[in-house]
Amino acid sequence: MRTHALWVLLLSSIPALSQTCCNSLCCTVTDLHDGSCLSGASLFIGTAKTPVVTDHEGKFTFSNLCKDTYVVTVMHPYCQTTTFKIEVKGQTSKTLRLEHHLEELNQIIIEGKKQGHTSKTLQKQTLSKKTLEAHHNSSIGDALSNLSGVSSLKTGSTIAKPLINGLHSSRVVTISNGVRMEAQEWGVEHAPNLDINSIGSLTLIKGAGALQYSGDALGGVIIAEAPKAPVKDSLYGKTLFTMASNGRGSTLSSELTKSTQSGWHATAQGTLKHFGDFEAPDYLLSNTGLSEHNASFSVGLNRFNHGIEAYYSLFKTDIGILRAAHLGNSQDLNRAINSTTPLIINDFSYRINAPKQAVTHHLAKIKGFKEFERFGKLTLQYDFQRNQRLEYDIRRGADRDKASMDLELDTHTLMLDLETHLHPVLQLKTGIMGRHQNNFADPKTGVRRLIPDFDKFDLGMYAIADFQLDDQWLLEAGMRFDYTSMDVFKYYYSSFWENRNYDQLYPELVVEEFKTQILTRPQLNYKNGSGTFGATYSFNEAYKLFLHCSIAARAPNPSELFSEGLHHSAARIELGDLRFNSEIGRKASLTFQRHRGTFTFSVSPYINTISDFILIEPTGSELTIRGAFPVWEYRQTNAQLLGLDADASVQFSKTMRFNHQSSLVKGYDRTRKQPLISMPPVNTSNEIVYQNTACNNLQLSLQSAYFFRQNEYPNNNFDLYIPATKTWETLDVSTPPQAYHLLNLNASIEFKTTQTGTLTLGLGITNLLNRSYRNYLNRLRYYADDLGRNFLLNLKLNY
Amino acid sequence: MKHLHLFSIAVLTSLLFTACSDDDTPEMVHEEEVITTMTITLTPEDGDPVTLKIYDEDAEGDTDPVNTVSGDLIAGLVYTGSIELLNETEDPAEDITEEIEEEDEEHQFFYASDGLDVTFDYGNFDVNDNPLGTAFTLTANDAGTGTLTFTLKHEPKKPNDGSLEDAGGSTDITATFDVTIVEASM
Repeated sequence: MRTHALWVLLLSSIPALSQTCCNSLCCTVTDLHDGSCLSGASLFIGTAKTPVVTDHEGKFTFSNLCKDTYVVTVMHPYCQTTTFKIEVKGQTSKTLRLEHHLEELNQIIIEGKKQGHTSKTLQKQTLSKKTLEAHHNSSIGDALSNLSGVSSLKTGSTIAKPLINGLHSSRVVTISNGVRMEAQEWGVEHAPNLDINSIGSLTLIKGAGALQYSGDALGGVIIAEAPKAPVKDSLYGKTLFTMASNGRGSTLSSELTKSTQSGWHATAQGTLKHFGDFEAPDYLLSNTGLSEHNASFSVGLNRFNHGIEAYYSLFKTDIGILRAAHLGNSQDLNRAINSTTPLIINDFSYRINAPKQAVTHHLAKIKGFKEFERFGKLTLQYDFQRNQRLEYDIRRGADRDKASMDLELDTHTLMLDLETHLHPVLQLKTGIMGRHQNNFADPKTGVRRLIPDFDKFDLGMYAIADFQLDDQWLLEAGMRFDYTSMDVFKYYYSSFWENRNYDQLYPELVVEEFKTQILTRPQLNYKNGSGTFGATYSFNEAYKLFLHCSIAARAPNPSELFSEGLHHSAARIELGDLRFNSEIGRKASLTFQRHRGTFTFSVSPYINTISDFILIEPTGSELTIRGAFPVWEYRQTNAQLLGLDADASVQFSKTMRFNHQSSLVKGYDRTRKQPLISMPPVNTSNEIVYQNTACNNLQLSLQSAYFFRQNEYPNNNFDLYIPATKTWETLDVSTPPQAYHLLNLNASIEFKTTQTGTLTLGLGITNLLNRSYRNYLNRLRYYADDLGRNFLLNLKLNY
Repeated sequence: MKHLHLFSIAVLTSLLFTACSDDDTPEMVHEEEVITTMTITLTPEDGDPVTLKIYDEDAEGDTDPVNTVSGDLIAGLVYTGSIELLNETEDPAEDITEEIEEEDEEHQFFYASDGLDVTFDYGNFDVNDNPLGTAFTLTANDAGTGTLTFTLKHEPKKPNDGSLEDAGGSTDITATFDVTIVEASM
């Protein structure tokens, strides 16, 4: 795109020139997308036969040139060969930006680069291929928690949900290959349905920085892209295998790509994962096994000015939930909290029994683009997703093997985007999106629906412009408008309908009345506007400052609106509110970065003020025939989050490096003047790395991660009536666990197997000291300790 | 051209899918595993039976359960107890006792008293000879006023020491009744 712009710019500025031959041309060749320097590019000036090659900083100089316009052809092994016309006058400096399709890593593993559609004025954090591969047997949530400002909200040891700057669930949007993932993302125990092995690059944006896809990402956006295939004849692949002692399981993942010079490419990828019960240092965590079967395929044609791509992925997982976490009522909870070990510990098993989750996610997409000269690039994309979620509880009789929750969510999305240059330095991206979603909750479960049946329509449009003011300043502004309409069928308990006064407020919603239940049909509409404004200032080659402000609006999700009844897996009664309106977040952030040299760092303070923030908290207890249950009610409040993320890295010598990161977030409920629940405690991680490229790329690293105790939390303890003794007892569900310190060790070494093949051997030990700890952000912390020591053996073969 | 084609195909497909969404109202779900009613009948060898009953019409809904006790127990008598569990949200009411007795290894009733001098003995056992407790005997030793609590546990540890703490598992039903034991009238 920019190459085009440059063309236009250059062609339109060819003046008449006089002939003086003591001029020089000093150029830098950079990647069009991220501005990184491209070394090893060959440049031909005019009709010269011998090229000049760029140095490691991507620079080159031609001297003794005349005052004239020259044609410079730039060739790079991983770029489209491009020709520039450059006017040379005196000491001329130019930056030549190349469409850098490909980036070589190790052998022919190609890492895709994120570009275009995300904010350029908000700091992006990318997980390298290496980090992704190191986490190939865990989850996206765990891999992301390696970035500063990201924590994992966990349910046991295998379900990890990313928590970005203190926000999670519906406030974090996941984009997989340009498709917004649509799943039952409202639940804390619902992890992203994405296979880490299908991802080529994983980028995190802390805030509403991807208006093309969403205006409701108050927390952040996670962008996963499949690896890009090179435009050359090639066949390559890789296989990864990991064995782990904790869980006594293994993960196998394989990928094969075929690409051609003509731009055609095809990739097939698959993952198998099996684990049995995991272990805490002192005991077995019964029924925490996991199995996963994933596959993805893509085929496409990628030409310079047009392309088409089809992609399909399947994600299928069965996850056991700690047996001891399945409870009947508050008294059971009280007993579980007061016990130091889980109340149920069985022998090791690979079987996954109830309680468990079984999730299947299909994603299919077809996308085409065409570049029109003097107009821009037009992209059309259609995608379909089917998310099926089954949750099994411990049940009786004929219902024993039946799921307690059976939800099927189908989503169709159509997007049309236009990327154009209004002016050489002003780029505009705009588009519209239409989406239809249907949720079906199967009544055969014999359990009242937690999420009702609904049809949802979304219409969105956006425009983002960025303006390169000069070499230092880049300005960016964007806006988006979303219209959401929901048509819902919901059965309420008559008693709830009346107690909430809904019979007075919404008599028109009633369709039919039954003995104890009532059928209603709420039709809800939300109109949300969101916007961003940002600026990037580049001081010099090394320092950068990012400033970003955004307003994001999120319509309440079905769980927040319609919950009403016992959430079996959480052993609590959850109550939503039909009257909720959209929550609106205003975030301002600043990042100061040094990204070159032996000492690099980045510091990012931010403030996020959210009005009508929706949260759920205990409000009392409800007596039923099964005993008392805690009642958790959703409510809206005004919240404020303040925080700071910091990263630093020092390269001591050629082989030694020290990495540091820490993050801090404070969340307050402004209305009730109390801290917000589930805010990540301050944490800091320090790592020392030894890497010797001369010695089979030997790498050794020792990481220390320290998690402080969360001292700011709301008091949500509630009093529990013990009928037998007619006394009240306080149930402590609020007090966070103690601080803890973990050590992790990693080692890897590479061997060449063939001309292009490599074998990488790795050994890792997590929780080296086998420390017993409980994590404030783990929902199962009441019942059991977190994972104990784990030995990991990795094998990676590139071919 | 190609893209125009693609566009029209995609639009048509999405129209097709959206047009298919029907307006049929979803089926109502009756909580299948719910127990709405527990009736404990205490029958002395000689005399009128006493019933202790708890009824919760909407189970997990806002309506609180209602406890009723039909009369007082008499000191010195031995009562044969039987427990009946029903799901009355279904029509006709479903007998849950049968289900519990079929899955006897996974269930157990626990009895407790507070302020009363009574003795409980299990009256039925599972296949492993561990107590089940839908049948029991209650001996009313001395006169007094207090409570009797009946708790049904699903998947408790079996055998256990008889306490809820040791048994674990999840509570299927729990009810506490105010009971008076009167002196036998001579």
